[in-house]
This record gives sequence, structure tokens and C-alpha cells, in this order.
Amino acid sequence: MSVVTVQLGQCGNQVGQELFDVMRSDAPDVHRKTYSAVSRERFFRQTTQGALEARAVLIDMEPKVINHSMSEAAKSGRWRYGETSHFSQKQGSGNNWANGYCVHGPRHRDAVEELVRREVEHCDMLAGFIPIMSVAGGTGSGVGTFVTQCLRDVYPSSFVLNHLTWPYGTGEVIVQNYNSVLTLAHLYQLSDAILVHENDIVHKICSQLLKIKQISFSDINRVIAHQLGGVLQPTLTPVSCGAYSRHPIGELMSALACHPEYKLLSVCTIPQMASSSIAFSTFSWPALLKHLRQMLISNSKMEGGIDWQVCPPPASAGRSRSLSAGSFNTSLANLLILRGKDVYSADTGGFEDPAIYTSWLPPDEALSLWKSPVPFNKYEKSATLVSNSQALLRPLDDMVRKAWNMFASRAYIHQYVKFGISEEDFLDSFTSLEQVISSYSELQ
Amino acid sequence: MTQSVVVQVGQCGNQVGCRFWDLALREHAHVNKRGLYDEALSSFFRNVDPRKSDGGACCVGGRIQHLKARAVLIDMEEGVVHRILQGPLREVFDSAQLLTDVSGSGNNWAVGNLTYGSAYMDSIVNKLRKAAEHCDCLQCFFLIHSMGGGTGSGLGTRVLSLLEEEFPDVCRIVTAMYPSAEDDVITSPYNSVLAMKELTEHADCVLPVENQSLVDIVNKISLMSHDAKPGCVLKKESTVTSGQGGVSPTERPFDAMNNIVANLLLNITSSSRFDGSLNMDLNEIAMNLVPFPRLHYLVPSLTPLYTLADVNIPTRRLDQMFSDAFSKEHQLIRADPKHSLYLACALMVRGNVQVSDLRRNIERLRPSLPFVSWNQEGWKTGLCSVPPVGHTHSLLALANNTCVKPTFMELRDRFTKLYKKKAHLHHYLHIDGMEQSTFSEALSSLSALIEEYHHLDATKARLIPDAPRLSIAR
Repeated sequence: MSVVTVQLGQCGNQVGQELFDVMRSDAPDVHRKTYSAVSRERFFRQTTQGALEARAVLIDMEPKVINHSMSEAAKSGRWRYGETSHFSQKQGSGNNWANGYCVHGPRHRDAVEELVRREVEHCDMLAGFIPIMSVAGGTGSGVGTFVTQCLRDVYPSSFVLNHLTWPYGTGEVIVQNYNSVLTLAHLYQLSDAILVHENDIVHKICSQLLKIKQISFSDINRVIAHQLGGVLQPTLTPVSCGAYSRHPIGELMSALACHPEYKLLSVCTIPQMASSSIAFSTFSWPALLKHLRQMLISNSKMEGGIDWQVCPPPASAGRSRSLSAGSFNTSLANLLILRGKDVYSADTGGFEDPAIYTSWLPPDEALSLWKSPVPFNKYEKSATLVSNSQALLRPLDDMVRKAWNMFASRAYIHQYVKFGISEEDFLDSFTSLEQVISSYSELQ
Repeated sequence: MTQSVVVQVGQCGNQVGCRFWDLALREHAHVNKRGLYDEALSSFFRNVDPRKSDGGACCVGGRIQHLKARAVLIDMEEGVVHRILQGPLREVFDSAQLLTDVSGSGNNWAVGNLTYGSAYMDSIVNKLRKAAEHCDCLQCFFLIHSMGGGTGSGLGTRVLSLLEEEFPDVCRIVTAMYPSAEDDVITSPYNSVLAMKELTEHADCVLPVENQSLVDIVNKISLMSHDAKPGCVLKKESTVTSGQGGVSPTERPFDAMNNIVANLLLNITSSSRFDGSLNMDLNEIAMNLVPFPRLHYLVPSLTPLYTLADVNIPTRRLDQMFSDAFSKEHQLIRADPKHSLYLACALMVRGNVQVSDLRRNIERLRPSLPFVSWNQEGWKTGLCSVPPVGHTHSLLALANNTCVKPTFMELRDRFTKLYKKKAHLHHYLHIDGMEQSTFSEALSSLSALIEEYHHLDATKARLIPDAPRLSIAR
């Protein structure tokens, strides 16, 4: 079953290229033939000359990044992008969601749909779509939202898992909060689930865990790619009957996307360390899983500085939670993916504790467990946790608060209005997101 | 890749423009080692093969034949443009791109805007259309002119409104040279205020530059190079005022100052020409830095002004560069942004600087910079991997800051001093189309603008609470 990735905007194209690189270099042909065959089939297709081409469509409104990504891919020698799988224009969207959604999207709809259709035709069976984009800019966010809508319209029964990169809180783009609010509000209606990475968190991983001194965007993108790879590479699932699962996205959805009001997914991976240290470290499942569980409930996305004081409240106490009270992170559902040596002996009991979940789902339904005996990306043992929980509540609330403050003074609104978005549309988006925030806050 | 067209009007505009083309050629020669006409070059130059019969335009990817600047040069007296055509840059301009007249505008905005504006309107529109047609995807018009004279300010602003009419979708960025208080042109306050109204209404962004600041920067650099302590020798070709390595060998007066402005234009467009990990296009500048349509005056500051020849500790120098960008001495108008209110700020970094350096410096500087309440994290950042000639990295900061208010208030005072006495008014009023009301409208437009900035300034000290959020019925 194959996955078609749609890379949108500068961030989407840069992250996508790193992702395919990870997938390709992870699957060692020699040792695990089945694993690498499944991984290859899922993300690449073979040309008549035997070269591997990524099942990806690259979209941007200006050509520089796509050219760069395509040449980086070709340089690796192990894979490349299809010659004609890209679409670009001359001029970008100017960080303006309205420009991306109302002008560029519709204008180039046919060309983009054609590219997607061609890629889908190469697939024997389509597992789903993964649009990759950022929410701060204009193309990724605006055109990305429009393309997601097109995917929904043309392939109504396929899964759409959006991967979003949230910008640094202290700003990369001044109107990033507007663009983010508009994107998230629309995607919530269109997408099956939204997987989020935050630049701030990934930056901390790079500096504190990977010990990189001068962090560049490539470093950040590589971490994101590693985490995404940990989710998407082949695994054995409870329903796949002893073979690698053929429905990765569908099973992810059924594991995590249990309710239409709860679609935000966060990822964390353990261990994450500088590649030079991996050879000198030993890993044990009990230690890894204990840390990971605490990372989940204390809402920290990395192994450094975990707050061990946080623990689930006792079942008897009245469970009323508000945003500010307590730092305990309640989960709706969790997907735990274990890869590497001795996976079958790993004890995941800690994740079945009903105290860490809401009361509606029994823990054996809230937790899904996938395993793969193949070590992932040089780590002898690694665990990835995809979580539908309150983890993104605080960053989402901050984003909406800042956008709302700016909206209250009507700053920059004229820039959006001139491309066709009205104040009403803004208000609708704010309302939808307040609804999401409210739903997640009430999770108990 | 997008193209931009530079429209230089008047003596000042053409002299600055001339320095710009010189430095642009130098920059591209530095980067483009293989002599191929690439996308970066095509943003400012056309490649023309005169042997071809159909006008000779060559597309991207071929060898460089003849580079022609995407420019329109307008001046109402011939001296400056003729000097350009006789100098080493003559190959870069086509006679079709020039518009000159003989007698000049006599430092009179009305003559420039109304008399010449009407007389040459068709010719100007034709030349602009021609330049636009040569472009695959025209993104921006750069207009360069002074505010104090007659042609630059009068005809220049007329061209601005023509650009808005004929090419409404193309961004208009104006680099305007404001006169200092000790300007030798007596009517410069009139010309400036009359031009300001046009800029407020028709430009997308204005980069105000003051002569006095440029003079101060030039003096600072020559002080540095003359008073050099041992071990502190300046790399001559790396000063922001240097034109060394460019096409024109000798440096005339004002060249050093004009080089600074030329560097400003080069840095603003660097991210749309060259690769980088976080691109910043020209349309993104207007989008992020202009929260309300009329408040589009962006204070530029460039660092570093020079590089020392000895190798210093790289990180400290990098951080110093960021601090300098916010200091008074590096602003291109006489203003102190640190003590006024920031509405938005853009940082365009060139060279080998990574996102972590950028983040670190923003974190470090943020507490000392007052930002408006609804834009507390109002930073727009861009990273371009190609540094300017002679430097390993550089930073251009564009701030939408209320510190332009004192500059405008001073301008208004100088205007009112003359206007109250009706001094020199008759020179303007006897021009066809000019009326007393034009003056009063210009004055009230400027006053309204100052009021808007004042309004925002008043919020500076107050602690504004968060706006009450929408509440959802459960």
C-alpha cells in the first residue's frame, strides 16, 4: 500500500526531502528484505531504469526551494524525485494565507490535481495522502489548505493525514498567527488527523539532546524527518496478522482519530541523541518506556528535564481540569510504536494505566501497540509515541490568543481583505478554534 | 524567479541608481563565476544578443552576451544622465530607457509633478510598459528619488501614481532621500511635504533615508580607517561605502553616501535573488511590515559598516552585528528606534548565519525593544546564504517604528515656517494646475499621519490587557 506525499511551500519541500532521505537510508536492503521491500513500496516507485523515485508531488509558488530539494535528492544517489512531479510558479504567496487560498490555489487547481492523479495512478493500492506544510507562511498554509480541500473532493474515501510545522513562538513571520488560525480552522473540517511538530520543541531537541551548536533548518528538518519516519516505516500491528501492516494510515486513524472534535496529534521519540554517542549507549526497554510515559503525562517532548513530580491524579478525586490547573496531560488515545531488538519482550503496562486516559475509552482500546523487530535509523531500540492528548493545547491557545489580540486592533487585516477573505471568515476561524480549545480543555 | 524594475528620477535618484547598478554588477560578478546568465542575474538585468534580429532577448541559462539593466532613467536636465552614458556604465543602459529634458525643474515640485508630469506622461508610461514587458514575472518597482528637489520629488511622485494606475498588482517600494535641516534648497520643505502626501497614498512601502545620517556614517568609517589602531586595519573594499571592485574606478563626492543606499537596495532583494534556508520575498516585506495601509514608512539600518582585516572571534562579531542594527548610529534616518514603539521589525540576514544564531539574538535583544501590545513577537526573519561582497555576513533591519514621527514633525515645522509667511509660494501657484488647496491638503495628510503614529505611541507606556476571547456555549 502506497502513500502519496504532497510537499507544499518552502517548509513542506524541505521537510519532505529529509523525510524521504530517512526512509531510504533506514531500510537496509541486505538484512531485512521484507521490511525494506515494504518501505520501498510504500514511499517510492521504481522506474524502468531501476532508479527509485519518491511518490511525491512538490508544490511551491516560487521555484528556488523545489530546485534545491530536487538536486539534494539526486545528489544522494539513492533516490530522487520524479522529473515532472513538481509544480511551481514565479512568484510566492507573500506570507499571505488569503493569497495562497483564494488566488494561487484555484488558479493552479487543475495542474496540481493532474500531478496528484498521475502519482496516484502509479500506486497499486493507495494508503492515503500526507500533505506536508508549515502554517506560518503563505503557500504552505494557504495553498496547502486549498490542496487538502481538493484531495478531499477528488478522493473522498481516501485518508488524509496533514503534517504541520508550527513556527517558533517568538516569530518567523509577523502574521504567522493569522495564517495558523485560518489554516487550522479549515483543516479541522477537511483532514482526518493533523500531526504537528513545533519548531521551538525541535530546536530544544537539537540543542539539548543532539548537542548541535549552530542549529540550522536542516538540523531541525532532520529531527522532524526522523520522528515522522518512526511513525511511517513498516510495523506489525495487532490486525496485520504477522506481516507488515498494509494500511498504515488507516490504522493510525482508527487508533487515534476517534472523535471529530479531537484531531490534533503530537509525536515524541525516544531516544534522541547525537549520532556519535549512539555507539556508546545501551538501551533497555523498561528505561525507555518509563521515560516515554513520563514524557507523555508531563507533556515534555524530550528526555531532558522531564518533570518527574507530575503523576496522574488518584481516581477518587473529582476530576475537574482547567488549562492552568496542574500540568498533567490527559490522553484521549495513544499509539506506541516500538522498533528494534527484543521488542516482543517490552512491557508496555505503564501505558495501559486508565488514569492517564479520559474516562470514555477503556485503556485497552485507547492504547494501540505496533512493533517492528528492525532497528530504526541506527538506534538499536527506539520508541515513538503518537498521542491524541492535551499536549498541543497550550501552544494552540497561545497562538489563538496572539492572533485575537492582533485582530482586535485590525492590524494587517487589509492585506487579507484585498485577496478575498473577510472579517467574517476570520471570526468563523476563531470560533472553530475556540471550540477545539474548549473540547481539549474539558478532557478529563 | 521574479524581476524588479528600478525607476530613478532626478539628480539624486540617478546618482544613487548609478551606484546601485555598479554595485549590483560587482555582486553578481563575485557570485556568478561561470558567466552564465542565471535566474539571480535576470532579476535586475536582461541578457541581450545584439546580433539576433528580433530584439535579441536571451533567456536564462545561456551565456552572458550583453547585460542591460531593467531600469528607467528620468531627469529633466541632461547633465547627470549624460555623465552616466559616457561613463563605464553606458553599456548597461539602452537609449530607449532614458527620458531627459533640458532645463530642469528649478527645485519646484509643481513644475516636476504637473508641468513635466503632464507633458511626458505618455512617454513615461510607454517606457515603463516596455520595461515591464521584458519581464517574465514583474514583482516590484523600485523608485529612487529625493524629496527636496523638483524633479525627484515632483516628477518622481507623479511616476508613482502612474505606476499605481498602470500596474496596480506590482509592489511599489520607494527609496526617498529626505533633506536635512541644513539643506541648501530653501523650498525643500514645500517639495518634501507635497511629495509626502503622494507617498502616503500611492506607495506600498517607503524607505526614508536622511542625508545627515549618511554623512555621519561616512564620517564614522573614515574615522575608523584613519585612526586605525595597530591590528584594527579596515578591509577597504568591505566598507558599506566602498565602490571598489565595481565598474567605476574613481569615487566622486556623494559616492560614498550613495553606496550606502545602493547597498540597502541590494540587501533587500538578496533573498529573492539568491538561495537561503528561509527566503524572504519582496511581497512578504510589505505583507509583514505594513499593519495599516498608511503606516508604511520603514526605517532601514545596515550592519556591518565595515569589516576589520584581522580575524576576530566569529560569534562575538555576529552578536555585535545584531546589537548594532538597533543602535542609533546605524539607522539611515536620524531617529532612535529603541526609545520609540516598534510596530513590526524585519531582519534580513545574509551569509553563513544559522537559525539558532538568529533566535539567540532575537531573544537577547527583545527585552530592550518596546513592541506594540498586539504584536509583541512581531519579527519577520529571512536567511540568505550568499553574503555581500567583502563581508562574511550582513544584516539589514527594516523597522516600522514610531520614531519616524519626530522626523515628520520637524518636516512639518519647517514647512509651516515658510507657509505662514507665504514665502516662495508664488513660484508654485503660478504653475498650471497648482492651487492653494494642494498645499493645505498635503499639510493635513502629513498631520493625519503624525496623529496615527502619535496614537500608537500613546499606547506605549500603558499595559494593554489581552482582548477578551470569544466564549463558546457548551
